Amino acid sequence: MSVPVGHYQYDQIDRDFLDARIAEFSEQVARRIDGTLTEDEFKPLRLMNGLYLQLHAYMLRIAIPYGTIDSKQMRMFAYIARRYDRDYGHFTTRQNIQFNWIKLEETPDILRDLARVDMHAIQTSGNCIRNVTSDEFAGAAADELVDPRIHAEILRQWSTLHPEFTFLPRKFKIAISGSPNDRVAARFHDIGILARPGDDGRTVFRIFVGGGLGRTPIIGQEIFDAVPEERLLATLEAIVRVYNAHGRRDNIYKARIKILVQALGIDAYREAVEAELAQMDLEHYRLTPDMVDAIQARFAVPTLSAPGNPAQELANKRRENPEFDLWVRSNTHPHRDAGHIIAVVSLKPAGGIPGDATSAQMDRLADLADEYSFGELRITHLQNIVLGHVRQDRLYDLWTSLKEVDLASANIGLIGDIVACPGLDYCALANARSIPIAQKLGARFGDASLQAEIGALRINISGCINACGHHHAGHIGLLGVDKRGEEFFQITLGGRAENGASIGTILGPALPEDDTVDAIARLVDRYLGMREKGETFLDTLDRLGDAPFKEAAYETV
Amino acid sequence: MRLFELGERIAKVHESLVTLPELAENTDVRAVLLDIADDPAALKPYLNRLELVVLRFPIFRDGRVFTQARELREYLRFSGEIRAEGHVLPDQAAFLKRCGVDSVVLPDGSDPALWERQLSRFPVAYQRSVLPSRPVGAGLRVEEGT
Ligand code: HEM
Ligand code: SF4
Repeated sequence: MSVPVGHYQYDQIDRDFLDARIAEFSEQVARRIDGTLTEDEFKPLRLMNGLYLQLHAYMLRIAIPYGTIDSKQMRMFAYIARRYDRDYGHFTTRQNIQFNWIKLEETPDILRDLARVDMHAIQTSGNCIRNVTSDEFAGAAADELVDPRIHAEILRQWSTLHPEFTFLPRKFKIAISGSPNDRVAARFHDIGILARPGDDGRTVFRIFVGGGLGRTPIIGQEIFDAVPEERLLATLEAIVRVYNAHGRRDNIYKARIKILVQALGIDAYREAVEAELAQMDLEHYRLTPDMVDAIQARFAVPTLSAPGNPAQELANKRRENPEFDLWVRSNTHPHRDAGHIIAVVSLKPAGGIPGDATSAQMDRLADLADEYSFGELRITHLQNIVLGHVRQDRLYDLWTSLKEVDLASANIGLIGDIVACPGLDYCALANARSIPIAQKLGARFGDASLQAEIGALRINISGCINACGHHHAGHIGLLGVDKRGEEFFQITLGGRAENGASIGTILGPALPEDDTVDAIARLVDRYLGMREKGETFLDTLDRLGDAPFKEAAYETV
Repeated sequence: MRLFELGERIAKVHESLVTLPELAENTDVRAVLLDIADDPAALKPYLNRLELVVLRFPIFRDGRVFTQARELREYLRFSGEIRAEGHVLPDQAAFLKRCGVDSVVLPDGSDPALWERQLSRFPVAYQRSVLPSRPVGAGLRVEEGT
């Protein structure tokens, strides 16, 4: 495989650049160790290369641009897990991977190993433009208008060591989707971009600014409806320049672009951006069709051939095997090609740690990607893994192989598909441990047919107000709070990140861990008792409001 | 004061340096020190006589300096010297140069060799800057300098 399916192929120029970045970082580590750099000076420098200091050790966050990797890269993660960590890695809601037990002096070696497969940790943290996220079904989904990964790669390149935007007031996150069904939470990002085809055959972009979660959750607002492709980079430069010049730097909780957009109002923000554009040399910043086409040419497109009647074969297998049928129902998505299907591998086994994968699982997933999906894998913003292009008549074989390595949980989009932040097990800012309660909930609702019966329902858990687990956007959200030194959880209902994004509302007083699990079990029971035919949890909640759920949750307390 | 030149322009020592509010009264002064919160557009009436604009980092993390420099070069087409001073790191050398800064007042104890090394660190860039550039390979990449 010379050109990988689904992501940009590096050439020698890109590799030389990466080598230079590693040499720079190695020197920074050396200057920290010999004391030339103070910890205050080193911190932003290490962060912009993905290196955090957590509660017990360093954590290294590696970029997976637009969530897509190939099997070689996945095997490298397995190698790093074995060689430098405790044999596992953690896939994040921003489609990256983190290793939690890293030694500072070993990071340059890890970065060199990563570079051998064209990977890096550039801008996975720090107050700069972070790794760009995209639709996990990009280039495969039946409902897609444009494959957003070409422009996601352009944004990755444009933002890499950007001379002006590497010391912003705060971190800056961009997501891009090419489907009318928002799978990137575009309106919860500093900049959210929806791509669609324009009349001239080039892509146009609808752009939102000022969304975000964290302690002040805000839904992004539309700044431009139709930015032509050749103006994309100029427009982004202008948006970020206004933020860099005027964003607050006196208080980190007020430093995100969302606060500036709220303070100015979206119309004034737009005017400020237009004033920048009026002074800019637009020709200088023009993204030409040649540039876009050259980058597109570095992406291989899978040759989708599925002779015979694959759909019929799949239907037969589903009839024969109800367990397989259940998995297909929750863990697949329609492909643009009639003979293919998108398969989602759950990293949420009942009672497991959401998003964790062992080196053996990573190696196995890499093999399965080679066998079934052109060597391509994607990480989802719900911390699962996608094989994007599976022939329908081979799906059963794939599922059988997944079962062998305990990766066949049938719970995508269901109550077991829990998102949890690292919480107090790793994070110095936490009030509560997010992982144990996630494990308890996962175990409580582990049964696959029970999950199917409950239907679409997302639980999101954050260990503190910083909202890394996106609790505001969960259908059921849990927020860890500290009550006189004890870990409690506040429940919110009704958040959603998809189309019609909204923020959950608080149900009532916070509860201790086990009581929270029981309360959720009761409110789910109440929903099952009250729902009308065909209703999801959110439908019932929208129809009845949260009073009956509140009653159920606090029944015995 | 040790000056480090980021590019071709020779850094020049000016006897008198005034702040933005003082600029109007001092008609013979050719050098100004902008505060981090100053809008470079306020320099418009004085651009013809100015030879040096000094931008000051209160702390190296305050990236407003980069935007100020770019506005001076790209919007106001200022063709004199732009200098950075204050708390600044060698790791920022290339960023400064690419935003239009010509010289840096080296903080005490700086090693000029490290600044030199940072300037030639990256063979290409992935985005345009104020420097002249030529495309390299295909796509966004450019090689900068004359
Ligand atoms: C020790 C580990 C971590 C620390 C110390 C940490 C710290 C923070 C802080 C302080 C914020 C609030 C920033 C703000 O809104 O101003 C935040 C937000 C966020 N973090 Fe983390 N985080 C950690 C791990 C993670 C992990 C593992 C993920 C992904 C699974 C993650 C994803 C996010 C996201 C998506 C936000 C949402 C806020 C937004 O972007 O609007 N973080 N984090
Ligand atoms: S939400 Fe809080 S506890 Fe969880 S990872 Fe983020 S900062 Fe840590």
